[in-house]
Amino acid sequence: MNKALSTSRIKSLYRVMLRIRRVEESIAERYAAQEMRCPVHLSIGQEAIAAGVCAALTQQDGVFSGHRAHAHYLAKGGDLTAMLAEIYGKAEGCCKGIGGSMHMIDLAAGFLGAVPIVGATVPLAVGAAWAARLRGENKVITVFLGDGTFEEGVVYESINFAVLHRLPVLFVCENNLYACYTRLSTRQPERPIHGVAAACGCNVMLADGNDALAVYDVASRAVADLRSGNQPVFLECATYRWREHCGPNNDDDLGYRPAAEVAKWQAFCPINQLATLLNARPEGQDFITHSEQEISKEINDAFTAALAGSIPQQADLPGYLYA
Amino acid sequence: MLETTRQITQAEAIREALEQAMDEDERVILIGEGVPDPKGVFGTTSGLQERFGTARVFDMPLAENGMTGICIGAAISGLRPVMVHQRIDFTLLCMDQLINNAAKWRYMFAGQVNVPLVIRVIVGRGWGQGPQHAQSLQALFAHVPGLKVVMPSSGYDAKGMLLAAIRDDNPVIFIEHRWLHGITDEVPTLPYTVALNKAMLRRPGKDATVVAFSFMVIETLLVAKALVDLGIDLEVIDARAVRPLDMTTIIESVQRTGVLIVADTAWKTGGIAGEVVAAVAEAAFNSLRQPPLRIALPDLPAPTSHHLSKDYYPDALHLARAIVSHLNVAVADIELVNRLHRSTPHDVPQREFCGPF
Repeated sequence: MNKALSTSRIKSLYRVMLRIRRVEESIAERYAAQEMRCPVHLSIGQEAIAAGVCAALTQQDGVFSGHRAHAHYLAKGGDLTAMLAEIYGKAEGCCKGIGGSMHMIDLAAGFLGAVPIVGATVPLAVGAAWAARLRGENKVITVFLGDGTFEEGVVYESINFAVLHRLPVLFVCENNLYACYTRLSTRQPERPIHGVAAACGCNVMLADGNDALAVYDVASRAVADLRSGNQPVFLECATYRWREHCGPNNDDDLGYRPAAEVAKWQAFCPINQLATLLNARPEGQDFITHSEQEISKEINDAFTAALAGSIPQQADLPGYLYA
Repeated sequence: MLETTRQITQAEAIREALEQAMDEDERVILIGEGVPDPKGVFGTTSGLQERFGTARVFDMPLAENGMTGICIGAAISGLRPVMVHQRIDFTLLCMDQLINNAAKWRYMFAGQVNVPLVIRVIVGRGWGQGPQHAQSLQALFAHVPGLKVVMPSSGYDAKGMLLAAIRDDNPVIFIEHRWLHGITDEVPTLPYTVALNKAMLRRPGKDATVVAFSFMVIETLLVAKALVDLGIDLEVIDARAVRPLDMTTIIESVQRTGVLIVADTAWKTGGIAGEVVAAVAEAAFNSLRQPPLRIALPDLPAPTSHHLSKDYYPDALHLARAIVSHLNVAVADIELVNRLHRSTPHDVPQREFCGPF
């Protein structure tokens, strides 16, 4: 990797991840005020995959996600204030208060939708890629899914069609080992998830899901492959969710995952890894300090704006149902 | 200009609607199991792949839920997919995508994205279709806000409503009936649309309103014709739309006749017939001279054996007996038998129909 390019890449990935981390932490801190009255599934610990993959995409490329979508939305360029306003149930939210945290969309940023039925957006991504192909658009469509999603039949159906028609889809499997409180080994036989995707005909790639640079490099290769008309790519990234499945807290007191396992993964913090690299470079520490300050101000401003948003009107609901 | 019309079957009318929709809008694509195969979904898709090519007319993997999601993804990305299922029963495999995504995508994102998607489905009947190939599931879909649901009975409406459905920016469940495919009707050659939310008065009458759905319109019109010279004058409404129901037309009729009878192709419990009755009771209870009547399938899945299916479907004679009894009119049963006894086998739409499905 070119060293100069690498420094700017490290900085941008670091900043994207730090911003996601601080947004999520701010949500967690303010959640107890009971003004965010909807479930939240925080992305803390998993920032590198969102940052690395989205850095490899253009604004025109589309992204879909599921219930744990904040990181993907933000990394793709989704509007922060609209996201927070949505979680607060305000009219200025990205779904005008209808969706909450589990329904994110920002069409201008190419974030095409996230919904909480597990697996629900996987075929939509394939359909969007199919439409792009049929309409002659040079787009790559990415869908983020978890290890649990891979158990849904619709994922197999979607991959089958994507491979059959060689569609430009990037399936990104964030394998964080748990579906709610249930460990992967309780849910799937002992074989790699990506092995199944390979058997389905996907071009399989792997990356350390806590290493944003690695994710970016592999995702860039995947996107280049897809743009040149190669097979759909299934990118599996190992990572770990730090907080509880749903909600602002830690839940390791419940004992569903070994303390040593949690500690091991937290030692591989994706943000700290890049901070270490930055600190070794000239002005790296300054960049980190500046980033913290800028992000802190941006987040505070966004929360203020979101909280000052207006109340959505019941009378508007019927108008959303049919075109 | 004098518009040209001619007699064609409903299957041909549907095929013509698809062809004209694809002609007028290159965003329309067609997909379904068997769409380009030699039988062309009972002739409704024959020749379309030859005409429009393999980039617009597709066969599909046996993956109903995934393919529904893929069509939704295409619909929110600028295409207008028409998806076909040879039996409505198969859509039970795609209820997640239809109800959670298609019906809600526009709503849950506050109107930012439309889902212009048509799902063509066919209700089977007869020739031993049995428990899983002869369900009539319109009430399931009609329950869901965000879907439009239609069940045309005539070839004219089938063409016009299919064109309207394809031009519509919402997900439309377009329910056909296998026994309607072979019936001919006077159908214009040019494209035209028929509203997706309007019932149609098929026959004016003063003694009772019969609201009929899909194939039951055919049976009800036979009954009305037979009963008129027995002194019973039925008003027949072809519901056409299931969601939304055109309650305005239905209530106006009930206010004239004072009697409501609903003839549905589905099971009675939880069916759309009950919804019609409830809506009339809420809005026009005092117009009713007597309790309403639902004529529907017994609460049993369809049996396969033709010995068992004989009395499962209410045919015209069943219908006439139920109506005469409900209206408490003295008519000798032999009069009904003479007029409505079906001389053809009970399990085929026409004598020349010889399966297999």
